[in-house]
Amino acid sequence: MTALRDAFVSALVALGLFGPLVGLVAASGEHGLSLHVRPVATAVVVGLVFLGRLLIVSWRGRNRRPIAKTNRARTERLSRTGQYIAPVLLIAAVALPFTGSRYYIDLGTLVLTYIMLGWGLNIVVGLAGLLDLGYVAFYAVGAYSYALLATTFGLGFWTCLPLAGILAALWGVMLGFPVLRLRGDYLAIVTLAFGEIIRIVLINWVSLTNGPNGIGGIPRPTLFGLAFSMDGGPGTFGGFFHIEPAVIQRIDFLYYVILGLALLTNWVSLRLRRLPLGRAWEALREDEVACRSLGINVRNTKLTAFGIGALFGGFAGAFFATRQAFISPESFTFIESATVLAIVVLGGLGSQLGVALAAIVMVGGLEALRDGLSFLGDQMNSPIFAGIASELPLYRMLIFGLALVVMMVLRPRGLVSGRTPGVALTKPKAIGPDLVAEGRG
Amino acid sequence: MAYALQQLINGVTLGMIYGLIAVGYTMVYGIVGMINFAHGDVFMVGSFLSLIALLALSALGITSVPLALALTLVFAAAIAALYGWTVERVAYRPLRGSFRLAPLISAIGMSIVLQNFVQVSQGARVKPIEAIIPGGIHLMDQGGFAVQLSWMQMAIMAITLFILAIFTWLVTKTPLGRTMRACEQDLKMASLLGIDTDRTIGLTFVIGAALAAVAGFMFLLYYGVIDFYIGFIAGIKAFTAAVLGGIGSLPGAVLGGLLIGLIEVFWSAYFSVEYKDVAAFSILIVVLVFMPTGILGRAEVEKV
Amino acid sequence: MLTVSGLTMRFGGLLAADNLSFQANKGDITAVIGPNGAGKTTVFNCVTGFYRPTAGTIVLTHPDGSVFPLQRMQGHRIAAAAKVARTFQNIRLFAGMTVLENLLVAQHNTLMAATGFGVLAVFGIGRYRKAEAAGMEKARFWLDATGLTARADDPAGALPYGAQRRLEIARAMCIDPVLLCLDEPAAGLNPRESDELNRLLLRIRDGGCSLLLIEHDMGVVMRISDHIVVLDHGKKIGDGTPAAIRSDPAVIAAYLGEGDEDEDRA
Repeated sequence: MTALRDAFVSALVALGLFGPLVGLVAASGEHGLSLHVRPVATAVVVGLVFLGRLLIVSWRGRNRRPIAKTNRARTERLSRTGQYIAPVLLIAAVALPFTGSRYYIDLGTLVLTYIMLGWGLNIVVGLAGLLDLGYVAFYAVGAYSYALLATTFGLGFWTCLPLAGILAALWGVMLGFPVLRLRGDYLAIVTLAFGEIIRIVLINWVSLTNGPNGIGGIPRPTLFGLAFSMDGGPGTFGGFFHIEPAVIQRIDFLYYVILGLALLTNWVSLRLRRLPLGRAWEALREDEVACRSLGINVRNTKLTAFGIGALFGGFAGAFFATRQAFISPESFTFIESATVLAIVVLGGLGSQLGVALAAIVMVGGLEALRDGLSFLGDQMNSPIFAGIASELPLYRMLIFGLALVVMMVLRPRGLVSGRTPGVALTKPKAIGPDLVAEGRG
Repeated sequence: MAYALQQLINGVTLGMIYGLIAVGYTMVYGIVGMINFAHGDVFMVGSFLSLIALLALSALGITSVPLALALTLVFAAAIAALYGWTVERVAYRPLRGSFRLAPLISAIGMSIVLQNFVQVSQGARVKPIEAIIPGGIHLMDQGGFAVQLSWMQMAIMAITLFILAIFTWLVTKTPLGRTMRACEQDLKMASLLGIDTDRTIGLTFVIGAALAAVAGFMFLLYYGVIDFYIGFIAGIKAFTAAVLGGIGSLPGAVLGGLLIGLIEVFWSAYFSVEYKDVAAFSILIVVLVFMPTGILGRAEVEKV
Repeated sequence: MLTVSGLTMRFGGLLAADNLSFQANKGDITAVIGPNGAGKTTVFNCVTGFYRPTAGTIVLTHPDGSVFPLQRMQGHRIAAAAKVARTFQNIRLFAGMTVLENLLVAQHNTLMAATGFGVLAVFGIGRYRKAEAAGMEKARFWLDATGLTARADDPAGALPYGAQRRLEIARAMCIDPVLLCLDEPAAGLNPRESDELNRLLLRIRDGGCSLLLIEHDMGVVMRISDHIVVLDHGKKIGDGTPAAIRSDPAVIAAYLGEGDEDEDRA
């Protein structure tokens, strides 16, 4: 009974919310805007809310269950299963191109790019506890560095890759130097502002960046000097190995490049966590004041985290540029920063495996959603759905946003939470997330 | 001189809109300690609600402009308040007392939801309306440049000051304001003393959303064109304003809003329109580097 | 060893430390006592670089003769170069890191120097392995000294209160301090733990490290300190050996005063 009443109240609220915006549409007509009424759509939405609420409430009772506390036993279990998941994932990643499906390889490349970005940002947010909302800025710096160096000076990808990373890291340090003493959300808003500044400059500095039109014709990477061109000449991949040149070879090669870069990121972060620098980052996240009392130079330690995070962002950016062969400021909006941050948080701060899983779920899920929705749209050729079928792909981001909210409400500490210490006297034991701090920086 | 005066008027008008949005950010931050990323989008929803109300009223044949505007304002504020309440209830309340980043991601998710919801339901195209209150008064003429204070600008300033006066009264004089301030000081202690903190926080979101809707309403009237994306940039700037003024400080939010509005307008007028946002953000960074708690913010004393 | 002269600290209208001067001698346990709000923690925060004093000097002389003007040094340099370690009144451990990791973080500067700017060791180059072994050795030593060896791989936040206090001291000792500042180390300890603490502190002193401690527990103070400084309202009202302090009328009046008066009347 209470469930019914609850659902009824929810439906009333939904009517208030959706009545004006779903039920009434300000449509552009011949004489400016005019109002269209959509009673059916409103009824459907309100009905859905009613049913949804009814289901939720009757399913788990009126009083919501407290958020599941992830205890240490669970963390232990997860980190043990993690030992098996990680190699399986790695084998799957290496084997993926053998499927020969261009679709899956492209998707894999995209997912790996986000995994790499996630791992890079994980250093800043997950380990050092510094909230960076403008990570995309370093991605952009990396991408434009490579694009400009390659198109202006004719430098190759492998020469530019370290340069792009170093330039991004320099930007990171330059931004970090004045602002890293700011706390928490101040740092968040400054990094967000920085990300926007970079994007606006990219749009408006037309003489350098070609503005909103972007930079095209960015050269592809070579395999030890062998280009993946279609003419099959002696200096190309096909020509050298005497095989028929095919586009898929380049796609496969790019896939392995990003796989290598992502694994490099992972390896460096795992190594650093066992070294004093990584430990100091984690200590900073736990308690900055205590760090200072132990003689740790807080500012420099934060700067290294920021710089190294930016370095990997720059690498990923250079890869993005070479893969797309075309970049424009549109690719570097806040939504990218938000997605990468969501991957890190959903994965579980500081967890390498969690970030990989979250990237697969989120980026893979978004793509699956895109295909699923356009498939659904194609199926709905009956005139009843005339209005909605063409709009279905637009629902993708709406569902994505809802999914973000739902995932956070269900798992506030991410998929794989807690941490495993990098050093131990006897045997390392996993530490439950309730003890691990998140940092205030 | 005349040109500068005109820019001053424009800047103050814009600044008032930012200030109203910033109050919502700063209130929520003061009490819950989180950046309500969806707030900018509640502002956008507010301006869409105003648009729809105006169209509906004209369809119903209400021709009296003041009456139509007043009804629109009340309607937009009420429904936007419902949006604010729902957002808090659905996306933030389950995460109360949880880890700091979870509500932030949830808020970003909510922002994406609101933006795309409006895009899906109202279409992606920009919505232009005709000027509702045209005209104004000439203040002065100088070298062929006429300084004009439009009725619209006067209305915006008057409405903002009126709303802020009510709001100040609400926060300083009423029991609700007292519980809000208590929650801001110490949420846990307030709840131990029997204050229904969930309700107070919910009301904070309601008030913040209503103020944002008023800003959205004025944005629609002032610029005469809106789309589903206006919430993002206005939201960032308003948050910048809140931080600039000292987050948690209500007068600071208004002051920060005015500053951001003035910076933006003067920069566009004298340097370049393209880089006006860069100017606002750069000033934010500079201010924070030298005044880490903003202009009117309380210095945080580090207890060791 | 440590010479504080004319130390003044003003917070707005409040004078938390008023022209204070005292000394802590090498190899001594110096206790700073006083009623609540007497300015003890303020003095501590000035010595350890968390506050910058309004006026006055704090000079630390190392056994090798080098001199450090603490009031002018950056916070982290006081621990790193002047070798002044501290604990906190409300324990500040790295709760999500293990006991062992806490002790290794404390050796950050030494270990970091061996990693080649933190980068070379990533590739396994350099002499980090050796430095790490030495660091582990030192950590093990202090784990033994504080009786925490069995819990070395547990998260610090999961330890019982008394063990957290000891861990904080062990962590501070891992920076090889010449002066260890303890802010109410016995607070919240039961009598047995308090005795253990006394033994630990005496052992640290006998190892050549001077101690400066704030303490409310008079039992601990009288038993182990060599020298006591009494503060009240930011001013020094007594300075001497425990025996001298116990019989100092000014101290009794201000600090032990009220309780004793009641007894007198009775």
